[in-house]
Amino acid sequence: MADTFLDPLPWLIILPLAWASLAFLVGEGRGGRLAVAGLAVQLALALILAVQVMAQGARVHAVGGWGASLGIDLLADGLSVAMLLLTQAVALPLAVYARAYFSEVAQTTFWPLAGFLLAALNALFLSADLFNLYVTLELLSLAAVGLVAMSGKPAQVDAALRYLLVSLTASGAYLMGVALIYGAYGTVSLAGLAPLVGADPPLITQLAAGLMLAGLLAKTALFPFHFWLPAAHGGAPAPVSALLSALVVKATFYMVLRLALGPFAALADDAAPLLGALGAAAILWGSWRALTTHHIKMLVAWSTVAQLGYLFLLFPLLEPGGAALRAGVMQAFAHGLAKAAMFAAAGVLMLSTGRDTLEGLAGVAGRVPVTLFAFALAGVTLMGLPPSGGFLAKWLLIEAALEQGQWGWVVVVIGGGLLAAAYVFKVLRQAFLLAPASAHFHRVPRAMEWSAFLLAAASVLIGLRATEGVALLGVEFGP
Amino acid sequence: MNAPARLAVVGFALALAGALATAVLDLPAAAVDLPAAVAENLSTSGVEHPVTAVLLNFRGYDTLLEIAVLLLALLGMLAVAKPEAVAPEPSAADPMLRFLASVAVPLMILAAGYLLWAGAHRPGGAFQAGAVLAAAAVLLHLAGRLPAWASPSRMLRLGLVGGFLIFLAVAAALLAQGALLRYPPAHAGALILLIEAGLTLSLGLILAGLFLVLARRPASPRAGVGEEGKS
Amino acid sequence: MTPGLLYALTGIALFALGLAGVILLRQTLRRILAFNLMGSGAFLVLVGLAQRGGVVDPVPQAMVLTGIVVAVASTALALALARRLAEDGHEDG
Repeated sequence: MADTFLDPLPWLIILPLAWASLAFLVGEGRGGRLAVAGLAVQLALALILAVQVMAQGARVHAVGGWGASLGIDLLADGLSVAMLLLTQAVALPLAVYARAYFSEVAQTTFWPLAGFLLAALNALFLSADLFNLYVTLELLSLAAVGLVAMSGKPAQVDAALRYLLVSLTASGAYLMGVALIYGAYGTVSLAGLAPLVGADPPLITQLAAGLMLAGLLAKTALFPFHFWLPAAHGGAPAPVSALLSALVVKATFYMVLRLALGPFAALADDAAPLLGALGAAAILWGSWRALTTHHIKMLVAWSTVAQLGYLFLLFPLLEPGGAALRAGVMQAFAHGLAKAAMFAAAGVLMLSTGRDTLEGLAGVAGRVPVTLFAFALAGVTLMGLPPSGGFLAKWLLIEAALEQGQWGWVVVVIGGGLLAAAYVFKVLRQAFLLAPASAHFHRVPRAMEWSAFLLAAASVLIGLRATEGVALLGVEFGP
Repeated sequence: MNAPARLAVVGFALALAGALATAVLDLPAAAVDLPAAVAENLSTSGVEHPVTAVLLNFRGYDTLLEIAVLLLALLGMLAVAKPEAVAPEPSAADPMLRFLASVAVPLMILAAGYLLWAGAHRPGGAFQAGAVLAAAAVLLHLAGRLPAWASPSRMLRLGLVGGFLIFLAVAAALLAQGALLRYPPAHAGALILLIEAGLTLSLGLILAGLFLVLARRPASPRAGVGEEGKS
Repeated sequence: MTPGLLYALTGIALFALGLAGVILLRQTLRRILAFNLMGSGAFLVLVGLAQRGGVVDPVPQAMVLTGIVVAVASTALALALARRLAEDGHEDG
């Protein structure tokens, strides 16, 4: 009894739902303390779950006790637990950051929206049911759209509306895929579908998989579906940008990966070259736009477009037990932590200088050195310098590409790293210039500076704990 | 978008529809027979109506998250509602409408109660009952008896999330049974009724909120804001 | 042809119509309506295709109820955003 009641797996979903609704109940602007406490417990639960899964193997939690296909299954295997760890590890420092940030910048409904967003992420990473994934996806999208729009500024509301329309169209395509799959097989359980789909799926399954893939790619903002991302991520308040760029776009990537490894494995090979090519285009185009923009947060947002590209390079290189899967998850981790750090740091820089342009950064190095160091450390991860997580991810990708003789991807990975170096140094160079006499700096809460630093440091140090990560990812469910 | 691009989109949509129709017409029977599984387990689900059993028991977890989706939509709407556009006084409505509202609303509340109770064994349930309650609120608003919402008070917020919190608490408490939302067959009926009663009230308020938040008129003289005429 | 299959085919037509609408239309309100058309198409396929054999299947019926609620919620949020833009005089439609 006590065993099942204290199982960390369901609590990772219940807890954020509970503090999100309580935050709504206690009223506007409050709930920050609830969120930090809830997230601290969630991080502990995710760690316990990781230890349990590594010791006892992957496990299924049958909601309602029915089991698939009648009921809905939750699955905790290496991949989902890794994503859960990333989510809580990014969210806790960001919550500390956001408490300080929103004492400076007025806000309305950040905490309940953020709580539902995190609940949606945890539920999505644990779900093993196509239709339940659709519900978590919608929960995630509406929370993300609400966060983008909440400042009420016309540019933000406009970006939120565009984001919502793309997101709804994408969900519609995904839902159509689910409808076709249910019609064809009579079940939406991932585990149940895998043997039924088999090695040579019929036309209806191919169409369903195509519709679902297109919807998920649009939500992930993979090139050429990236058009909505820079405005939505670049214009939002810094804690929101950080949550969206670090975590939300990863959720749909995770779903593509989960489906490609699971029921649609037979079709994954056909889509892989296209996904790789789009990933490469995303890296080059996103980096180029980051290099040519004049706004700090737009630079960071375009860098997200580029870094998402790396995630999709793993598909042409995907093979059982190969390095590509580890590379993809390591990239998700490294980019998640580094991008959260970078947006958090950009928020501090903007509050400190009172401006949002690169030109306005002159002289900021002497004012908020910790933050600038955090930005630089996160930059080290994005460039892929050792010993960062980004280095390890790119190294594994190159290793996988060389093993399979696919030289082209190596050029893309290295080229993307050089472009990242160029745009990161562009910011740093500006920050170390002398401040003009007219410049006026504001004080920024210490909690904001240090939480950004913590995230950045984690993105670098994660590279040193890769062995545990690899062991965790090795935990798969089933025979 | 230029003409060739528009043509390409239309062509793509037609091709997709054609391919989907072909695939659907040539489809063998599904391998998994879920209706049979539902029928087999209906007796231990706590309700007699199969759709209610799926909604609140077999796939009750979907429904839990779905209430959260509704709450979120309302949260997002409240976040972007203009703070200075304070809810105006209800307009003086048609006397016929006022009369109709005073007759219909009590009946609608009664109907909602019936739908809630009927859901256990025939079409009905919390969503239908909540929708009728929401319609009653909209009718009251149109009749000038209920103002639009500016920002909900603490009591109203409790009403909005109360149903969800009861559902969540039951789901969590049932972990002691071995899994999230695992109803013990003996108490399934009572627990589902408890959840549905809470949901009926909260869903009524949330659905009414979706209308009443949008029903606010801007404080500025630019009344009747619509899509037309501004480009 | 069974009634279920007829529903599914109608759903496919609605879905394609809605998809083209979301991409081609410029006015926000029309795009929101087009999205709802897409959603309705998917719902019809979900219930129609699963019951093409004439056997009643409560599972897709429950799923469609969930889907409808999600669509209502999304539509309401989209309308609130569009209205806020219109209030601020930034409506591009």
